[in-house]
Amino acid sequence: MSLVEIDNIHKRFGPVEVLKGVSLKVEKGEIVAVIGRSGSGKSTLLRCINGLERVQDGRIIVDGIEVTAPNADLNLLRQRAGMVFQSYNLFPHLTVERNVMLALKLVRKLESSDARRIAHEMVGKVGLAEKFLAYPDELSGGQQQRVAIARSLAMQPALMLFDEITSALDPELVGEVLRVLESVAREGMTMMLVTHEMNFAKNVAHRVIFMHEGRIHEDGPAREILAEPRTAELRSFLSAVLH
Amino acid sequence: MIRDFDSGDVVYLLLAARWTVALVVSATLCGGVLGFVVAIARVVPVAPVRWLAIGYINLIQGTPLLGQLFALFFALPLIGITVDAWSAALVCMSIYASAFLGEIWRSGLQSVHQRQWEAGASLGLTYRQQLGHVVIPQALRISVAPTVGFLVQLVKDTSLAALIGFVELTRASQIISSATFSPLTVYTTAAAIYFVICFSLSQLSQVLEGRLHVTR
Repeated sequence: MSLVEIDNIHKRFGPVEVLKGVSLKVEKGEIVAVIGRSGSGKSTLLRCINGLERVQDGRIIVDGIEVTAPNADLNLLRQRAGMVFQSYNLFPHLTVERNVMLALKLVRKLESSDARRIAHEMVGKVGLAEKFLAYPDELSGGQQQRVAIARSLAMQPALMLFDEITSALDPELVGEVLRVLESVAREGMTMMLVTHEMNFAKNVAHRVIFMHEGRIHEDGPAREILAEPRTAELRSFLSAVLH
Repeated sequence: MIRDFDSGDVVYLLLAARWTVALVVSATLCGGVLGFVVAIARVVPVAPVRWLAIGYINLIQGTPLLGQLFALFFALPLIGITVDAWSAALVCMSIYASAFLGEIWRSGLQSVHQRQWEAGASLGLTYRQQLGHVVIPQALRISVAPTVGFLVQLVKDTSLAALIGFVELTRASQIISSATFSPLTVYTTAAAIYFVICFSLSQLSQVLEGRLHVTR
């Protein structure tokens, strides 16, 4: 059984159908970059996978948990599928330390001392050990995003979802976040990333999915797909983002 | 018999001011609890509850506090229920405060961005944990200044209780004023006492905002 199994999902916001029958399997350890124009449904796909959006039709199973079941245990699911957002979404009233510790204590029910130890380890991993006691507004965007990644990884998820996590950053801050992503990738984490960083997709992702108008338009090995797009839509998309 | 305004009168005013403070503190506590219920009722996903809350808020905010006081103190006895001045003032001020505090806190809750709820949810926090550990702490900080602003208003509004004969700072001033026939001195002294109470509240707000890092 694949880690993520998506079977013919449909998602509508009012009259607008954003996902028009998407099916997809992601294996453990796979790194999948999801690309496409804005409005193609790529962010919505990610949000459906961890249950932030409910689909109207179809089935999603993540790590054996049926997300689309009416009585799905979404809290359990979200411990298995971590998510990092474009806008970081750190808790502004908590220090870096407390941001990472909060869910460890509330959800994983760890003692403060254990939670703090894990928080130290994860924040150190993203290179921000010296910012442990800082508040989010004392950090740059890149640093905040690294903390958000550490906060999610601390929960030891089986899958990480990254939703355009470098899109809100100043260009000079993108590199430090991508380097953290690369190190996460090297550790064998299963990852799905919605991204506009084509070089990153080419060098780090195993597989690229190109979404177009609510459907998966192309799907294949990263280098192949990006070097030799089969469809006119992907060709025009790539020429638009690469120039 | 007209006598001079002396230090004894100042003491009398200060003693009366205790009742002003007592009324504000009690109304804040009772109105705060009720206001919290109003704030939650205003945002729950059950339409009739929200309508009820909106109706309550509009009724209380849209009618004069003095009218509410008179209704309670003079109209209730007509149907056989008598209330003393303290109880009438306390009930009225509490209801009045609950409508305003409820709206202030409701807007505080709603001003915390949806993305904060999602960030909590995506870490596996339950709805209650998101509310208690992520949203309410941020809403509280946002609400400090408008809450204290309203309480300062409430301090001055307690003077209306003088009109139903409750002896607080304003009623005490009226009594001394008619005994000493020096209204300017008496009411200036009373105003100074009101100022000290309100100014202390504003200072408290500053300290709270600093301690809670409101700008974060």
